[in-house]
Amino acid sequence: MNPYVPVAFAILIAIVFSLVFVGLSYYFGPRRPTKTKTAVYECGMPPVGTTRQRFSVKFYMVAVLFLLFDLEAVFLYPWATQYSTLLDSFPGTFVLGEMAVFLGVLFIGWFYCLKRGAFQWD
Amino acid sequence: MNGAPPVAASGLLFNSAPLHALVLGLVVVSLCMGVAAWSIWYERKFAARMQNRPGPTEVGPWGLLQPIADGLKMLQKEDIVPAAVDRPLFELAPLLVVVASLGTLAVIPWGDGLVIADLHIGVLFALALSSLMLLPVWMAGWASNNKYALLGGMRAIAQGVSYEIPLLLAATVPIVLAGSFRLGDIVEAQAGLRWFALWPPGPGAVAFVLFFMASLAEANRIPFDIPEAESELVAGVTVEYTGMKFGMFYLAEYLHTLIASAIAATLFLGGWDMGPLGAGVHWMVLKTLVLFAVIFWIRWSWLRLRADQLMALSWRWLVPLGLVLVMASATWVVLA
Repeated sequence: MNPYVPVAFAILIAIVFSLVFVGLSYYFGPRRPTKTKTAVYECGMPPVGTTRQRFSVKFYMVAVLFLLFDLEAVFLYPWATQYSTLLDSFPGTFVLGEMAVFLGVLFIGWFYCLKRGAFQWD
Repeated sequence: MNGAPPVAASGLLFNSAPLHALVLGLVVVSLCMGVAAWSIWYERKFAARMQNRPGPTEVGPWGLLQPIADGLKMLQKEDIVPAAVDRPLFELAPLLVVVASLGTLAVIPWGDGLVIADLHIGVLFALALSSLMLLPVWMAGWASNNKYALLGGMRAIAQGVSYEIPLLLAATVPIVLAGSFRLGDIVEAQAGLRWFALWPPGPGAVAFVLFFMASLAEANRIPFDIPEAESELVAGVTVEYTGMKFGMFYLAEYLHTLIASAIAATLFLGGWDMGPLGAGVHWMVLKTLVLFAVIFWIRWSWLRLRADQLMALSWRWLVPLGLVLVMASATWVVLA
């Protein structure tokens, strides 16, 4: 059996469970919408302006930083899985040295971001 | 397939593998939903005792039936859909948030062979699905068309992706030490109480703390709960949700915390294996619940971090620490 079939089972069970819960509340819950009830909630005050505004640029900064550092995991994980196998056929200093160079470059990048104030939230 | 199925030599509950997966899936998913529901009772009781209050007492003995009462109440509540929301996304988000958190359960090994799907990339799958939780949270934040919800969603994304990096780096340490991506292999590599949280004396312990902290942040638990900081954002992304849909977000938060504890117990605390005390599902359950209780303890003992402190902690300290840990554990493997 394909090992992903059970994953599909688990996700199906999860979908059924959540549909049943929400479905039951559709069945049992009342439905009497009024104008005030369906208004935007702003702590009881009339809503001010619109929600669809521009965000602060710092959120984009975090997203870009995440992409940069998350890509490193793509390279790190295969290396981590194969690490002991690599050690059988190559000298330890080589396998470790290669990763040290990779992480070293990444570390310099991190230091550059730090110095340029990329981690400055306020 | 007799009354009480003995665990066969293959580790399967039944002779057929799909049936094993299906039954195990149903059992694990329902049990985890139950534990998540009752952990809400437990947390309320725990918090009450810490603050010298009695906590829930009315429904059932020691208030034990409180989760059932809460669930029944939520079922009867009106499902208000505000006029301004983006309807499809708004309806879909509470379903997806529970599905994403329950999907992670597929790869968690509860005992030797007692796993729904024994994937070779178990760690990757667990981390990927548990960070997928961010997507429905953001969907809810955006679709609600409410300023509090939007701010909560943006904070959740920013915090989630920031703590994803230390989480991934900390999870690399057990992978390097065990040399495998399979969660079962990682547990077996820790056999005989050589837990990764203890054994390589330096990197393992720090990686465990780092992983635990990052998991707390991913699950939006105090001290990392700015996405739903109730004193600033009312209820964060759930502000426009009522009744069972709100309940789904609530349940998903507890499920996510429970599953994060289970993953931490598997990666760092030896999973189902307890050395000379034997091995079994009960050890895995015990370790998970202890970590789960520690999360409650932290929640009711600490204050919330400010948004800028939260970001600074991750990017300035935890990310470089994670990089150092990966190098340290790799060096340890070469030397050992």
